[in-house]
Amino acid sequence: MSGFFKSSIGRKVAMALSAFFLMIFLLMHVSVNLLSVFSEDTFNAASHFMGTNWLVQFIMQPILIFGVIFHFVMGFVLEIKNRKARNVSYVSNNGAANSTWMSRNMIYSGLVILAFLVLHFADFWIHEINVKYIAMHPEDPTRYFHELQEKFVPIWRVAAYVIAFVLLGLHLAHGFTSAFQSLGATASRKKTLQNIGKAYSILIPLGFIFIALYHHFNH
Amino acid sequence: MNLTLKIWRQKDSNAKGQMVDYKVTDISEHMSFLEMMDVLNEQLVNSGEDPVAFDHDCREGICGMCSMYINGEAHGPDRGVTTCQLHMRMFKDGDTITIEPFRASAFPVLKDLVVDRTAFERIQQAGGYISVNTSGNTQDANSIPISKHAADEAMDAATCIGCGACVATCKNSSAMLFVGAKVSQYALLPQGQIEAADRVRNMVAQMDLEGFGNCTNTGACEIECPKGISLDNIARMNRELMKASI
Ligand code: HEM
Ligand code: SF4
Ligand code: FES
Repeated sequence: MSGFFKSSIGRKVAMALSAFFLMIFLLMHVSVNLLSVFSEDTFNAASHFMGTNWLVQFIMQPILIFGVIFHFVMGFVLEIKNRKARNVSYVSNNGAANSTWMSRNMIYSGLVILAFLVLHFADFWIHEINVKYIAMHPEDPTRYFHELQEKFVPIWRVAAYVIAFVLLGLHLAHGFTSAFQSLGATASRKKTLQNIGKAYSILIPLGFIFIALYHHFNH
Repeated sequence: MNLTLKIWRQKDSNAKGQMVDYKVTDISEHMSFLEMMDVLNEQLVNSGEDPVAFDHDCREGICGMCSMYINGEAHGPDRGVTTCQLHMRMFKDGDTITIEPFRASAFPVLKDLVVDRTAFERIQQAGGYISVNTSGNTQDANSIPISKHAADEAMDAATCIGCGACVATCKNSSAMLFVGAKVSQYALLPQGQIEAADRVRNMVAQMDLEGFGNCTNTGACEIECPKGISLDNIARMNRELMKASI
């Protein structure tokens, strides 16, 4: 089995598994955030639960962090290996003739997402860790909504979010079906799955963009 | 028609190559691309120059030898054809055409447009066979029932001619369409079951050893493949390797 994950196909399967995990996480993340548009209290309650529940904090959060790091490190590893596989490049290469821009530029859309994640971690995660585990403030279950709202006051951050989520959409426009294909599912070639992939890669980023804009204009 | 050709010239595998411009005149639109290359070479020979080396054999889309990267695409702009089947009517009078060898670290250039594709043969030798008793009491293959569906899919996979266009066109120089086809043509048939697990393990290991890249599922290979080998074969190879590893 360890030999499997050292093979090219094994690495690809590992990439797809981490990607699936991230896609499930994103669905959950956007759902919780959308609560903030409908009700301040429900959003606070959900955030308080996630922020204090030990299962979420000490089991799911480390797994998530590992999943993200694994995904982009493996992304770099594959990119480097793939570049080495062609030591002389073409003088003229017409990639657009046979493949989508998204599929050829996963590393660049990924890099934009990574840059966004750095900002996102600085904004929310480091703040959370500081409040809870370093400054040891007593938990105020109503603080989450205002903290969220405040973040989206500066227009530069809203703009950064919009750009990052457009690139996430492009990453997923190829990635969603690609992950199924990597796991050997012929369903990746069927219209149904392609349509679900299209819907996912548009709706999830759109949800995040909507939330950022909503709080920018309603505070 | 009159054309300007920009062709990769490289003396041998160690030499540094470069693009060189040539002009050809009075090319008929009914000619195949290789016939146009023949006209150029005749011109070069007559003027005492070294003709452009390129691979070819059957000139009817069967052998897979003709391996040019034309205007940024493997086998040029047409679909479902090899270079020998590419017609000059795909181009216009006055066009400039770039012609390069297939590029991959695993396909080193030998001379001009000729590349060494023996990496494919080593992958085949690693597992692209079945064991059959040939001592005289060999079982007739037709006595083993095979579903129409499996037979058709195996036949489709077996139409791969090993041309290497999939590698040449892939942004990662991945050989997965070729290896997927070669794994599938046996994996789908009862005769291929005995060595199935070893076959996929060994062929994938050899593919990795040769230095081909990984698959990003861009689908470029399937579109440029002269035989229309389906990406489903890559998915099947992935399943076969997972099955063999558990
Ligand atoms: C939450 C964020 C992310 C999600 C949901 C996501 C999702 C995906 C999906 C679904 C795939 C397709 C997997 C496959 O083809 O098997 C993929 C591939 C890829 N991702 Fe991400 N990704 C994310 C972040 C990143 C980041 C931060 C990078 C950093 C560079 C990155 C780099 C890549 C690369 C390079 C590939 C292509 C690998 C290949 O097929 O060769 N991704 N991603
Ligand atoms: S899969 Fe298609 S492109 Fe690749 S070697 Fe076989 S025939 Fe050529
Ligand atoms: S020369 Fe045989 S396929 Fe082109």
